[in-house]
Amino acid sequence: MLTISGLKAGIEGKTILKGIDLEVKPGEVHAVMGPNGSGKSTLANVLAGRENFEVTAGSVRYDGHDLLALKPEERAREGMFLAFQYPVEIPGVSNIYLLKAALNAVRKHRGESELDAMDFLSLVKEKMSLVQMKEDLLYRAVNEGFSGGEKKRNEILQMAVLEPRLAILDETDSGLDIDALKVVADGVNSLRSPERAFIVVTHYQRLLHYIVPDRVHVLADGRIVKSGDRSLALELEEHGYGWIEGAAGTGAEEAVQ
Amino acid sequence: MATSSDNIEALIRREYSAGFVTQVDEDSLPPGLSEDIIRRISAKKNEPEFMLQWRLQAYRHWLTMKTPKWAHVHYPPIDYQNIVYYSAPRKKEGPKSLDEVDPKLLETYEKLGIPLQEQEMLAGVAVDAVFDSVSVATTFKSKLAEQGIIFCSFSEAVQNHPGLVEKYLGSVVPYSDNFYATLNSAVFSDGSFVYVPPGVRCPMELSTYFRINASKTGQFERTLIVADEGAYVSYLEGCTAPMRDENQLHAAVVELVALKDAQIKYSTVQNWYPGDEQGRGGIYNFVTKRGACRGENAKISWTQVETGSAITWKYPSCILEGDNSVGEFYSVALTNNFQQADTGTKMVHIGRNTSSTIISKGISAGRGQNAYRGLVKVLKGAENARNYTQCDSLLLGDKCGAHTFPYIEVKNPTANVEHEATTSKIGEDQLFYCRQRGLSEEDAVSMIVNGFCKQVFKELPMEFAVEAQKLLGVSLEGAVG
Repeated sequence: MLTISGLKAGIEGKTILKGIDLEVKPGEVHAVMGPNGSGKSTLANVLAGRENFEVTAGSVRYDGHDLLALKPEERAREGMFLAFQYPVEIPGVSNIYLLKAALNAVRKHRGESELDAMDFLSLVKEKMSLVQMKEDLLYRAVNEGFSGGEKKRNEILQMAVLEPRLAILDETDSGLDIDALKVVADGVNSLRSPERAFIVVTHYQRLLHYIVPDRVHVLADGRIVKSGDRSLALELEEHGYGWIEGAAGTGAEEAVQ
Repeated sequence: MATSSDNIEALIRREYSAGFVTQVDEDSLPPGLSEDIIRRISAKKNEPEFMLQWRLQAYRHWLTMKTPKWAHVHYPPIDYQNIVYYSAPRKKEGPKSLDEVDPKLLETYEKLGIPLQEQEMLAGVAVDAVFDSVSVATTFKSKLAEQGIIFCSFSEAVQNHPGLVEKYLGSVVPYSDNFYATLNSAVFSDGSFVYVPPGVRCPMELSTYFRINASKTGQFERTLIVADEGAYVSYLEGCTAPMRDENQLHAAVVELVALKDAQIKYSTVQNWYPGDEQGRGGIYNFVTKRGACRGENAKISWTQVETGSAITWKYPSCILEGDNSVGEFYSVALTNNFQQADTGTKMVHIGRNTSSTIISKGISAGRGQNAYRGLVKVLKGAENARNYTQCDSLLLGDKCGAHTFPYIEVKNPTANVEHEATTSKIGEDQLFYCRQRGLSEEDAVSMIVNGFCKQVFKELPMEFAVEAQKLLGVSLEGAVG
């Protein structure tokens, strides 16, 4: 579904991703872990098409498309979803209006008709129960005055309504208390399916107790320095990132030699 | 970042879709301004003596005046001798119904999206259409007349209701008020007149659609709306003009009079030709709009969406004379390319417990310059006056400008005056967020701008809200929920 090969990218002339290779198949959940500044969020944003990042080398194939040639909205319509680390406030635009516009843009792309107001509303209400969100948040301006937890739930609600094929969660666990974390994880788990893949970007292994990954990748200094199954995350929890960064250093030296 | 601001610029470069010219035979006076021209205008309109004298008085005063320089706008001097002050579609006799109206004119209105016949049937909007200087069709007149409401062209009012005209004309905006209002007083050729009798609630939105067609024609229309005690009226005004290289002057005057317990709601969507991308052509929109709350509990509410014109210079104002009277001003002004807008309001508190609200949203794009200029004046006798002002500016791209000039004069210590102002850039974050959800960049910009204007749009009557949103290139915000 997603094949990243030799991806290098950066911002304002500074290289952050220094050669990423990653293969994600339908139905899989991949966790990307790493210390601050390792390039996790950059990877998520580059995949979603944020324009202030510059790709300098490598390629990304997504469902037969050259992903890097697609605009952000084209990627979204092809089923790619990014749950933002910092969801953005849009004053004066109601949450439900954005949601409806987004869903109809995606449906139109798929050649489906737009949902009418009644069908749309019942769909949204069904999905809201997944994330235990209060209904009044639908009618408030997008993320404006939402608590940290409400913003993250809202991201998961959008994901549930848009039903993406590849969802990237960028530190969705940051700033959440344990109850909110469980709600968000339940939302994600209920969307797991053989056709749908997830990339879960996180600093802490905590989230992975609730969203159990198939593969875990450790990112350090812009490279994946270690990949493994779920047990890698547990090892990290035990030893901390220092253990991995040592390994990264060795890797770098080997590369130089 | 550079690419994304370039993209924004591409998006805001949309073409002017009302820029077509209608070929009709025009009956015009030669260009230039003199007592003789004014006498001829007055004679062509078969006006009573008091009107001619009023015009001449204004003209003589105008000769002593100088162009105002204080606004934050720049333009070459206007040659007032090179303007045609009277231009009317040539016709045998005045049309008595829509069937008699030149089909080409109706076609023009249809292109603008206001088919009169359909509106008559479907929308329940009574339209007084001003085509250049003469009102060509007034709909629903008879239905309104049943309730004693007078809704007609200004010329007809002068003929049929001279008493009302003489009583109220110039009572809010005197002939000597300012350079452009004085010019208008001397040469105005038509406009709309509304009178709503005591206790009557006008059952439909009244509407005028202004359009400047003839080249080198100044349009000087004059609107007078009087709501008698306890009356209510909502009035809509829409404006477009064809594309031309030269600049055209539009100097209108609107006077509103609300007596005791009366309420007037005046909404404008202004889409005059703004000039091209290099700033050539476009309308100079120098307009004086003022309303007087003459009695207790009177209320006047101005809502405007200003997206057109090369230069907009207008300050719809409220004179709050009656105790407990209320003035409101809701404004969205958008400037793009080389457009300049200097707009705002004046709220003059004279009576006790008077209150006013000002919500101004300025959007600047391209090289547009947008200034809010507002005066809140509380006079000595205005016990417990209240004002709330909120001025927000949104910048698209990095070559435009937003300016705020608030003036506050308070002569009574019990007054409560609040002023809030913000300036923000349309966020790259916001755009990316919307696009990541599948919206095109264009739709994302529309949605964000529309959200920014929501406080004002919700004040517009339904029919107009839709048009206003379309004008900003916006899909339907708020259709759900």
